[in-house]
Amino acid sequence: MSFPPATEEDRLVGPRVRKVALYIVLSGMVLFYLIPIETGLMTAITSPESYTGQTPFLPPLEPLVPGTGEFSLEAWGGALDGLSGGLVNSLVLVVPATVLSGLLGSMAAYGLTTVDWRGQVGIYVLFIAGIFIPYQAVLVPLTQFWYNVVPLRTAFVPLAELLPLVREYHWKLVALIITHTAYGLPICTLLFRAHYKKLSGEMIEAARLDGASVTTIYRRIILPLSIPMFAVVFIYQFTQIWNDLLFALTIIQFGDASVVTMDLVGIGVSQSGTNFPLRMAAALLAALPTLVVYVLFGDKFAEGVAT
Amino acid sequence: MRNPLDRSGRRRSGEEETHPAGDRTTGWRSLLRRDSVRSAPFWLPPFLLVGLFVYGGIAWNVLLSLTDFSGLGTPDYGSLDLENYRAAFADPLQAMVNYLAGVSGWVTSGSIEPQTPSWSDLTIDPVWNSLGNTVLLMVGFSVACLALGLVLAILVDRGVRFEDTFRTIYLLPMSLSFVVTAKFWLFMYNPETGLVNLGIQALGFGPVRIVQNPELKLGAVAFALIWQFSGYAMIVYLAALRSIPTSHFEAARVDGASTVRMYWRVIVPQLRTATVSALVVITVFALKAFDFLFSMYGGYQPGPSADILATRMVREAYANQNWAYGSTIAVVLFVMALCIVAPYIYSQYQRGEL
Repeated sequence: MSFPPATEEDRLVGPRVRKVALYIVLSGMVLFYLIPIETGLMTAITSPESYTGQTPFLPPLEPLVPGTGEFSLEAWGGALDGLSGGLVNSLVLVVPATVLSGLLGSMAAYGLTTVDWRGQVGIYVLFIAGIFIPYQAVLVPLTQFWYNVVPLRTAFVPLAELLPLVREYHWKLVALIITHTAYGLPICTLLFRAHYKKLSGEMIEAARLDGASVTTIYRRIILPLSIPMFAVVFIYQFTQIWNDLLFALTIIQFGDASVVTMDLVGIGVSQSGTNFPLRMAAALLAALPTLVVYVLFGDKFAEGVAT
Repeated sequence: MRNPLDRSGRRRSGEEETHPAGDRTTGWRSLLRRDSVRSAPFWLPPFLLVGLFVYGGIAWNVLLSLTDFSGLGTPDYGSLDLENYRAAFADPLQAMVNYLAGVSGWVTSGSIEPQTPSWSDLTIDPVWNSLGNTVLLMVGFSVACLALGLVLAILVDRGVRFEDTFRTIYLLPMSLSFVVTAKFWLFMYNPETGLVNLGIQALGFGPVRIVQNPELKLGAVAFALIWQFSGYAMIVYLAALRSIPTSHFEAARVDGASTVRMYWRVIVPQLRTATVSALVVITVFALKAFDFLFSMYGGYQPGPSADILATRMVREAYANQNWAYGSTIAVVLFVMALCIVAPYIYSQYQRGEL
């Protein structure tokens, strides 16, 4: 045989046709993943009065194309009104929770890659198993803990009187920050440990021979080398905490401290029916921070979820 | 590669053994100098936090599931019994019969007697219905998600241009909240204006109620979840495909295998590890689908045919105030997760990947 044997498929269809088919399938999947978001966006920029819902996926070009509705940002105003409290609360909550879980996760991972004793793997397994816990398994104790065991609420009464920006309901946000930190720690530890195992040991050895303490090694060597991993962890945690509904629902329950996902659930439904432009605008507004983070740092996000 | 800190730590514990047992000061000092102790300030506080919230929480939850706690005052830990579990798993035979006979699946609670526990005047239903839905959703969703992810990964891996763009777009839905996804798909499924229904009508069929239709509900939920998470499966598979040496692809090609056969015989078997880890993560996502259902149905009531354990648990505890029964369902959910995760972590441990 003088030429490489053609595969069955090559004989049936030429390589060029297959290449075209490949791109058609891939583009079709792009359509599949984007069309719900695209439809939502087009609906959100339609004025609610002129919205007909006959062609939700087309941009609103009313005078030019009849039936598509008129362009308007009215729904975004309504969405901002409805979600502003939740957006602020979510932001107040997500930043400290992300930073705390990232920092503690990095510390735990450092401590557990340095440790040399039999319990090390055991401790680490306990951390890792925490990633896969269905949170329902701790909800009732969690509510009991924050409402009946820890006097966080009473601690916030005098604080709210003393400090200008603190309100009494902020105790729920503090409770939620600690909760998210605790349950985010396992995945942060996993991500950091995977990173630390790859670091060169010689540098640490050298530092140690120079008499550097465990703390110095962490501060001077490990922490600066962790910066790329911090980006991955922060992006992952930011997305997770911003998107959470379950913990918010069970710890905050109701009232002024409600976060954006809670507010989003009920928006755009009234006696007169569903206001789809408002609802889609609200959904996009609530997703905006994570979408922006994803568009800017998509590769870091991919690294976070794939590890 | 071994961490040098490991080695020095081992050396030190070796020294320790040579000290006479009575020499307490030296023993104490070397204990303090041990790496495990010196690094404790780093791992111990996070560990205590995780220990308290995760493991303390689980233990407390198991305890609560044995009480009669229904919201008033403090739980009475004096009288613990398995009554809640008996109520949760009442009539297993009837449930089995219903399922096998396909009497509208798990939906009929008619022939399964609702239980009246001693702590309540009202009846509570066993968990069979939501348990069945959970398993159905878990299996259907994970298998479809993995299959789609694998196909996408193989296609993207065939040296296409704009690979990064395709990858970014496929993974995009995963950055969204369950709540947001539910809002988008609620709109897509809408009988009058939803794109799915516009498509169905374009094909010449009448509009179909999807979200409120008992027969389609669970499928609709699974489909939206596949939309959200198949990109994740693709990323995992893609990483695994990249780690397979090119020679394997070439070897199969020289042997004259057709492309599909080559992937099936040579490549797919090498993706076992990736499949298992993606499967574990995705299955656990399915167990957690509460946020999605809560948002889609605007509250605690997704209706019996889409009710999964995750929603049932929160409803019993937070809407019906049956706290102890909620804890019981949570234990069931936890045991299910454990059955999936424990073998996984154990195999990771055996392969030395921890």
